[in-house]
Amino acid sequence: MIQLKNISKTFYSKNKEVEALKDVSLEVKKGEIYGVIGYSGAGKSTLIRCVNLLEKPSSGDVYVNGQKMNSLSPAKLREARKKIGMIFQGFNLLQTATVYENIAIPLKLTGVSKDEIAKRVDKYLEVVGLQDKKESYPSQLSGGQKQRVAIARALSHEPEVLLSDEATSALDPETTESILALLLKINKEFGITILLITHEMHVIQKVCDHVAVMENGEIIEQGTVMELYSDPKKETTKKFVNSLFPHDIPEAGLNVMKQQGPIVTLTFVGESAGRPSLSMVSKKFDVHTNILSGNIIQLKTQPYGRLVAHIQGEKAETDKVMEYLREEGVRVDEVNIDEL
Amino acid sequence: MNYSIVEFYDRWGGMIWKATLETFQMVSISLAISVIIGLPLGVLLVLTRPNKSLENKYVYQTLNVFINITRSIPFIILLFFLLPFTRFLVGTSMGVKGVIVPLVVYTAPYIARLMESALLEVNKGILEAYEAMGIKTRHIIWHVMVREARPSIILGITIAIIGLIGATAMAGLVGAGGLGDVAYRFGHLRFEPEVMYVTIVILIIIIQGIQSIGNRLAAKMKKD
Repeated sequence: MIQLKNISKTFYSKNKEVEALKDVSLEVKKGEIYGVIGYSGAGKSTLIRCVNLLEKPSSGDVYVNGQKMNSLSPAKLREARKKIGMIFQGFNLLQTATVYENIAIPLKLTGVSKDEIAKRVDKYLEVVGLQDKKESYPSQLSGGQKQRVAIARALSHEPEVLLSDEATSALDPETTESILALLLKINKEFGITILLITHEMHVIQKVCDHVAVMENGEIIEQGTVMELYSDPKKETTKKFVNSLFPHDIPEAGLNVMKQQGPIVTLTFVGESAGRPSLSMVSKKFDVHTNILSGNIIQLKTQPYGRLVAHIQGEKAETDKVMEYLREEGVRVDEVNIDEL
Repeated sequence: MNYSIVEFYDRWGGMIWKATLETFQMVSISLAISVIIGLPLGVLLVLTRPNKSLENKYVYQTLNVFINITRSIPFIILLFFLLPFTRFLVGTSMGVKGVIVPLVVYTAPYIARLMESALLEVNKGILEAYEAMGIKTRHIIWHVMVREARPSIILGITIAIIGLIGATAMAGLVGAGGLGDVAYRFGHLRFEPEVMYVTIVILIIIIQGIQSIGNRLAAKMKKD
């Protein structure tokens, strides 16, 4: 649905060159939710703005729904943009217009008939759950409600693709949840393909099918969300994944523990997350287990859990334990104390 | 000289009323023309400035310098300096008709500046959102930029009107009349201080009224 091929973008300012994107390629399939994560300045905002040509790539090609965007005439580009919705961190609503007008004005300006406008505004305000706010002004709405209006505005053009530029970054955690739930609903009900950028791993975890990690204008790692969680390769990716699993274990105790057996990270994916593998271990083998920290989170499609545990016992026994856990489908990594 | 109110009204009322109307006439006509010229110039200033959609160094700088030059000249000098131009344009340099040209030359660049600063306040994210929805630039200018800037535009025009009323005081010099002219000719030259006091009071009331209306309109449009 969206294809970026070898996109580079260089900004020139006062004899300084900034390479915001370096040869970036990615493909978003129809109907999926694709997340791009990175710290600020990684180039993700430039990347998403290249999709609808708000930013013109210095080189490379952009395809949306099979159409090559970067060679369209201005008039054709405007046509193509109508089928690409976009929502922003700052909502970008008209302050001087009501909720109704905020959705109706762009429709009117793109040549939608009056009756059709009234129909669509009602329909999409209902989708986002704001039917009763029609006559309110943005200043009377909360951040979450403003983003809902912006989403309704984007949907009202009945796009095939929705671009989300840090849409939840200005919202509190609870509101973020509800907006993410809304994005999932849109994706399912209307089959709209979503490309989103964020700096919060939480957002990726909740809604994305595929994810790309960006750093210094490059995509350093990409894959399904599960792939990235279970086997992050790059340092930055690990940091993002670990941001969901805060390990806060006092160092003093660890050194002592280490003498009595290995400290391991156990990663449970899908089915294995539901099985009481660890408690089986203390029954079957002559070891004591002690959980130091742990968390299970729900990825979009399956649960994913991670425990840090101390296995206390003789080396021969603890080796067998690790063997057993691996057979159970649990990923076992011995922990270096310095890494915690 | 001391008058009763009735005597004062009988003697000066008609003339002051006529002068008030002349002032209104001069202000409204030249304001209308100045807004018609100044608003597009303000839009042009915003669009052609560096890093904006129609960035154009030459247009922007030319406009910039031209506006600064006209704004450097005090109105009373502009009035005389433009005499030949005025005569060429409207056939006369006298009366209300003759003063409109210099008033517009004086006010339109001022309004362009005020419009520029009003339009620059508009959140550029909103413009981008509309661009992303495939909406034509001219629609964005009118339906987003100018619309969102309306409260500031109203306040800017209020300031311009008040400046314009000040400038019309000099209109008497080319025989266009107005309140300033009455205050100067009768109050000052003929030493009738009461006439001067009354015109000043009338001007104060007009200015207060215009400022309050402007403030209220702007607040009403602001919606926050």
